[in-house]
Amino acid sequence: MTTASTRPIRVLVAKVGLDGHDRGLRIVARILRDGGCEVVYGGLRQTPETITATVIEEDVDVVGLSMHNGAHLTLGPAVVDALRRAGLSTPVILGGIVPEVDVGRLKDAGVVAVLGPGAPGDEVLEAVRSAAGSAGRDD
Amino acid sequence: MADREQWQAEYDRSRLRRKRFETMSGLPLEPVYGPDDAELPGQWPFTRGPYASMYRSRLWTMRQFAGFGTATDTNARFKELLAAGGNGLSTAFDMPTLLGRDSDDPLAKGEVGRAGVAVDTVADMEALFDGIDLGAVSTSMTINSAASVLMAMYIGVADRTGVDRAALAGTVQNDILKEYQAQKEYVFPPRPSVRLVTDLIRYATSELPRWHPVSISGYHIREAGSTAAQELAFTLANGFAYVEAAVAAGLAVDEFAPRLSFFFNAHIDFFEEIAKYRAARRIWARWLRTRYGAAEERSWQLRFHTQTAGVSLTAQQPEVNLARVAIEALAGVLGGTQSLHTDSYDEALALPTERAARLALRTQQVIAEETGVAHVADPLGGSWFLEALTDELDGKAEALFARIGEAGNGSMLEGVIAGIEDGWFCSEIADASYRFQANLASGQWIQVGVNGYTDGDDSVTSTLYIDPEVEVRQLADLAEVKQRRDDEAVRRSLRRLQHEAADPEVNLMPALIDATAAYATVGESMSALESVFGTWSEPPVG
Repeated sequence: MTTASTRPIRVLVAKVGLDGHDRGLRIVARILRDGGCEVVYGGLRQTPETITATVIEEDVDVVGLSMHNGAHLTLGPAVVDALRRAGLSTPVILGGIVPEVDVGRLKDAGVVAVLGPGAPGDEVLEAVRSAAGSAGRDD
Repeated sequence: MADREQWQAEYDRSRLRRKRFETMSGLPLEPVYGPDDAELPGQWPFTRGPYASMYRSRLWTMRQFAGFGTATDTNARFKELLAAGGNGLSTAFDMPTLLGRDSDDPLAKGEVGRAGVAVDTVADMEALFDGIDLGAVSTSMTINSAASVLMAMYIGVADRTGVDRAALAGTVQNDILKEYQAQKEYVFPPRPSVRLVTDLIRYATSELPRWHPVSISGYHIREAGSTAAQELAFTLANGFAYVEAAVAAGLAVDEFAPRLSFFFNAHIDFFEEIAKYRAARRIWARWLRTRYGAAEERSWQLRFHTQTAGVSLTAQQPEVNLARVAIEALAGVLGGTQSLHTDSYDEALALPTERAARLALRTQQVIAEETGVAHVADPLGGSWFLEALTDELDGKAEALFARIGEAGNGSMLEGVIAGIEDGWFCSEIADASYRFQANLASGQWIQVGVNGYTDGDDSVTSTLYIDPEVEVRQLADLAEVKQRRDDEAVRRSLRRLQHEAADPEVNLMPALIDATAAYATVGESMSALESVFGTWSEPPVG
């Protein structure tokens, strides 16, 4: 990371599925922006396909998904799969209301980090930096 | 003075729920306290409550919101809640239903029966209320974009079970304006959506005398991060917008205003919340009487439901949420709420378990039966602090109304729509939410277990598990209904719906009642409307 490129980390933040609770999404977008990231605000009602298209178009380094509707076990892995099918290794972080018992299953499905409700800003930034670092941005 | 006599006469006419009201130690209690010239409950301007006898006649309705899985699963939870002493049903629908999509819609995948109950056709609605007499309960349905469709199905169930439509009692949320501002469960653009709301208000005015066709909701505005003053002002502004829309559709204000109801948040800042409810009643009375010319007292009286603040609950040390919910619920009661939902302590983690939901209801029962706070109307009225805070919130709300009215060239309806279209409401709320988050980060606001007093047990033993089989069962049920229905009748009813949607003069409720009775799905009815109304997406976030 010491010789990391000067380009800031570019993060896509979005909600997949039908749920519209975007308070967390909007706050995370500002935390990341204040923390020096470039934020691509994907907003509401995204699908695995639209997420993948945005990642390609906007050259995104990390994807952050916000979920509050109990559909994370279906939609989290679906986004990871869509990215991998498109040949992308972009890391996916999930935040929101996710029961503890589901965290392991999400990680097994390729989600790199799960942030619970009330995660402080530093933790959010750290998760994004660590995901961007481990994704091998030098390749 | 005359006010006092009027109040006394109304109080004397009220049926009381017990003979004596006294403290635990036997001191007798007056129904309300204050100097001779004090404002009184049930009297203009209603700051102290809509009724003269308040909870001495009837306690608030303990209305716990429930819904998950299939209609049969939720039906069982309803029956448990009724058996446990709850007296109002409240239905949570799953995300696809809320947005008018069928369970077999590709976008519904993973969301069927998750955050509420899945309803595709009137057959699901029948299963949801199986064995419950719709003429004997009061039902609240929390749905907005697809409210008219679900209401049509509820009426269909009443028709099938021989319950007179006029006997149906309850509320459908049907408040689309706050969806664009806060909760974001919109489908159509604002104007045709307001027409759907107005159609249901008109229909209920003539056919459903015991039904509240809209519950104007600040709850979601607050959950999205607004301040108390914004919650108060934006909610009431939306209320004024519906009044203007219904009057423009040809109704007289006194015909429908008595059945408009409200829904507020009960957040953790105790006195600010109580002041908010008091200010809301006073502002509504003032505007309905002076601005909209309502002549009936019932049109001036603001009645509201309260829910404790989901957003105040923490995933850290979740049992602490029991304390938060108790304090918030108490604020709702001291503020004179007509019904109350208490959140379960595990809701920051998952959908509530049965045990957590029962504890939430028990919290209300402790307030009602043990604390004595329901004996006296507006017990904190007259507190210098509370009265000053009430006045201050009233003033802040008026300043926001002025801003909205200006944006609408004098029309609150136009002002609200303008603020939706240019993203003003969303950015005001997002700014407030970010300010709170910054205070939390800097430690200026301490949230127990989150940024203070963090040592403790964060683990939660069990959360509600939604069986993935729910989706499979729901899809099978839907396929079966589609198999046995008369497709030609469905097509015919949908063509009529589409045709009538194109004519803004026609009330769409009869066409929706026909379509759903023919087993048209939620998704089919919404698609027919969408083909005429189009869809909405929010303005870009800067």
